[in-house]
Amino acid sequence: MIFGIPIQAFAGQLLVGLINGSFYAMLSLGLAIIFGLLRVINFAHGAQYMLGAFIGYLILAKLGIGYWPALILAPLAVALFGVVVERLALSRLYDVDPLYGLLFTFGLALVIEGVFRYVYGVSGNPYPVPPALAGGVNLGFMFLPIYRGWVVVASLVVCLGTWLLVEKTKFGSYLRAATENPKLVQAFGVNVPVLLTLTYGLGAGLAGLAGILAAPVYQVSPLMGSNLIIIVFAVVVVGGMGSILGAIVTGYMLGLAEGLTKVFYPEASSIVIFVIMAIVLLIRPAGLFGKDA
Amino acid sequence: MNSAGPLLSVRGLNAWYGESHALHGVDLDIHQGETVTLLGRNGVGKTTTLRAIMGLIRKRTGQVSFAGKDLIRLPLHHTARAGIGYVPEERGIFSTLTVDENLMLPPVVAKDGMGVDEIFELFPNLKERRNSPGTKLSGGEQQMLAIARILRTGASTILLDEPTEGLAPVIVQRIGELLAELKRRGMTILLVEQNFRFASRIADRFYLMEHGKVLSEFPVGDLDNRMGELHDVLGV
Amino acid sequence: MADATAQPPQGRTANHAEMILIGFGIVALLALPFFVYPIFVMKMMCFALFACAFNLLLGYTGLLSFGHAAFFGGAAYFTAHAVKVWGVSPEIGILIGVAGAALLGLVIGFFAIRRQGIYFAMITLALSQMFYFFCVQARFTGGEDGIQGVPRGTFLGIFDLRDEHTMYYFVAANFLVGLFFVWRIVNSPFGLILRSIRENESRAISLGYSVQNYKLAAFVMSAALAGLAGAIKALVFQFATLTDVAWQMSGEVILMTLLGGIGTMVGPIFGAGFVVALQNLLATSDFPVTIATGLIFMICVLIFRRGIVGEIYAWLERRRSTGTN
Repeated sequence: MIFGIPIQAFAGQLLVGLINGSFYAMLSLGLAIIFGLLRVINFAHGAQYMLGAFIGYLILAKLGIGYWPALILAPLAVALFGVVVERLALSRLYDVDPLYGLLFTFGLALVIEGVFRYVYGVSGNPYPVPPALAGGVNLGFMFLPIYRGWVVVASLVVCLGTWLLVEKTKFGSYLRAATENPKLVQAFGVNVPVLLTLTYGLGAGLAGLAGILAAPVYQVSPLMGSNLIIIVFAVVVVGGMGSILGAIVTGYMLGLAEGLTKVFYPEASSIVIFVIMAIVLLIRPAGLFGKDA
Repeated sequence: MNSAGPLLSVRGLNAWYGESHALHGVDLDIHQGETVTLLGRNGVGKTTTLRAIMGLIRKRTGQVSFAGKDLIRLPLHHTARAGIGYVPEERGIFSTLTVDENLMLPPVVAKDGMGVDEIFELFPNLKERRNSPGTKLSGGEQQMLAIARILRTGASTILLDEPTEGLAPVIVQRIGELLAELKRRGMTILLVEQNFRFASRIADRFYLMEHGKVLSEFPVGDLDNRMGELHDVLGV
Repeated sequence: MADATAQPPQGRTANHAEMILIGFGIVALLALPFFVYPIFVMKMMCFALFACAFNLLLGYTGLLSFGHAAFFGGAAYFTAHAVKVWGVSPEIGILIGVAGAALLGLVIGFFAIRRQGIYFAMITLALSQMFYFFCVQARFTGGEDGIQGVPRGTFLGIFDLRDEHTMYYFVAANFLVGLFFVWRIVNSPFGLILRSIRENESRAISLGYSVQNYKLAAFVMSAALAGLAGAIKALVFQFATLTDVAWQMSGEVILMTLLGGIGTMVGPIFGAGFVVALQNLLATSDFPVTIATGLIFMICVLIFRRGIVGEIYAWLERRRSTGTN
């Protein structure tokens, strides 16, 4: 027993929290990258997450393509979709108030979700856990399903990999410089418009990757993105969008906080992140890791 | 002086910041290997002229011709590729990049750019601090870095906006030596400088600007004769 | 969002045009129930008022709230509960709804104004989503079922609102009162300060205005008026559900305002009318409303930012400047 709760229940909820946190981290990471360079809040991020999961589901159901190829194909497809959206529409909105970017991606999210709802209904479709990751392991204080453990590890790898990409590579240096002063970077001869397109594609691809990772955990449903995206917004407000690392850490932290709340005060678990957001707004409006006031 | 036509030729350059008409038809020529300085009070359009040549100001009309190419209609990122490097007044060192990353950022645009080793020979204190964030450098070091990164690209022409502004005399001298070295290597330099004494040490010609236009033009040898005019226009 | 706001045409001819339009509008409003289903027009009026209240914040103060459903739906719940469970008369019920919405507006606004621009929008979204989750679980809202069978009661003990025509004029009166409030606020010194905050906030601060207080006041007023719309809606349709507090509803009112014309007085009315009519049209067809809504959003943002009324004003302005000069 721990704090009056049986250890299994405690550890179980903490694991759920860690898993949710993994997705919060991956999604707020994508949002932060897109926002940092493009100054656009990608409301369609949740829909792109759903797209990743659905593409995985569809290529399995129609083409028999399994999880491991889907792990590459789904994010790639969503990234490509993102590139098209940026080229055709988003790039025209950079000169106007950034709120229009939010509204455009909101409309896009409605359309994507609407189309999938129309075709596939609202009920969830199950996606099987890949055989290699099936089953679980008994840790003594809890039973850990292997796939759940995989999700946490994979998300850590993805987050770390993205952080390395942004902070330690040449491409990342272009990204960081263009975030600070896009005109000057262009004056040096770097094709910044293409950089913007690739960045949006990268962010969308990250959302798609989170989606395919999520497919065996949650049901694949057209609604899976929209409720998640609002929580991710709150995560992003808590973390502040100044730093990639901040987005990642905040995502995991808030997921764990949600899990802990589920143990001790279940009714509040769906709103605890918003409450934390309100508190952070009072004491540190720029966000825990935010740079601008 | 090159007997061929000018390398950079500007005719009737007009530019606007929003509704505000900042340049009213600037004409200038720079020949290959020349060092030309734009003089004028604050706000007459010297920086604006550099920015308009680079293409940082999109609302511009007129003719900007470089090595035979018309730059006016090109997208911004093509100007550097033509061989023009830009060192802005605020230096533009990125705080989220290390010194090394700042140095390597502008892509190489021509073959005979300086190698990294050569650059570190010329700028030893940049080598020491290569992993520090770019803005941890002193003002003078940031200015060196801003110039160094253009040298790496192989640009044939460099636009320098007030390189000595706010720097200690010792650093100003160092920058003067640096620019003389660049000139010796055959770089074409368009310099904006308030300090015309500094500029006179390397400049071949001067353009005096007022109200967004070129008022007069004269070679460096003529500088002493023009002091009266300079006093009137610059208010020094 | 200063670049999208259209200025109504100036000058005596324009004022005359607006007066005629308003007069015609009021006459039409009074006559409509004899030609069109009253409930259809009542629905339009509720959403038109909702959109005008929202526009007070977006078009005139420059603040995009993505959580206005909390005030609209919240008031609907408060009024529905007060009238059905406590048995108060409809006018008291409406007052309770408006007061509740204003209080919610005070709380949400207090947190939201601590950030600007995009962050402000995200905070309003998150906090109203929090309210949504609260409504899902709270007992007084009836959860998934909502509050059904809300009695309309008798207004001032005299007018039986169960009669469709009486209810219509009651709603029309409230609608006009609400519009009048918006108009007065916009055209007052307070409204001028709001507009200066929208144009250039730092300048307003440097002029000595306590900008945060003004923003909060505008937020609360906007919330209260949105609450009025929601309270009336609860009485018209006689139910209040989770749909009224969902983020989709927040998105809808943004669309109505954007489509009609941000920063114009009559724009949101047209936008609301258009969207309600469209929803009615699509309800009978197979085509999903969300897709239509999303498409209109995208098209408006890309090429139609001034909205219907905004474009008309711009066209009139162009004619004026090229015509008699």
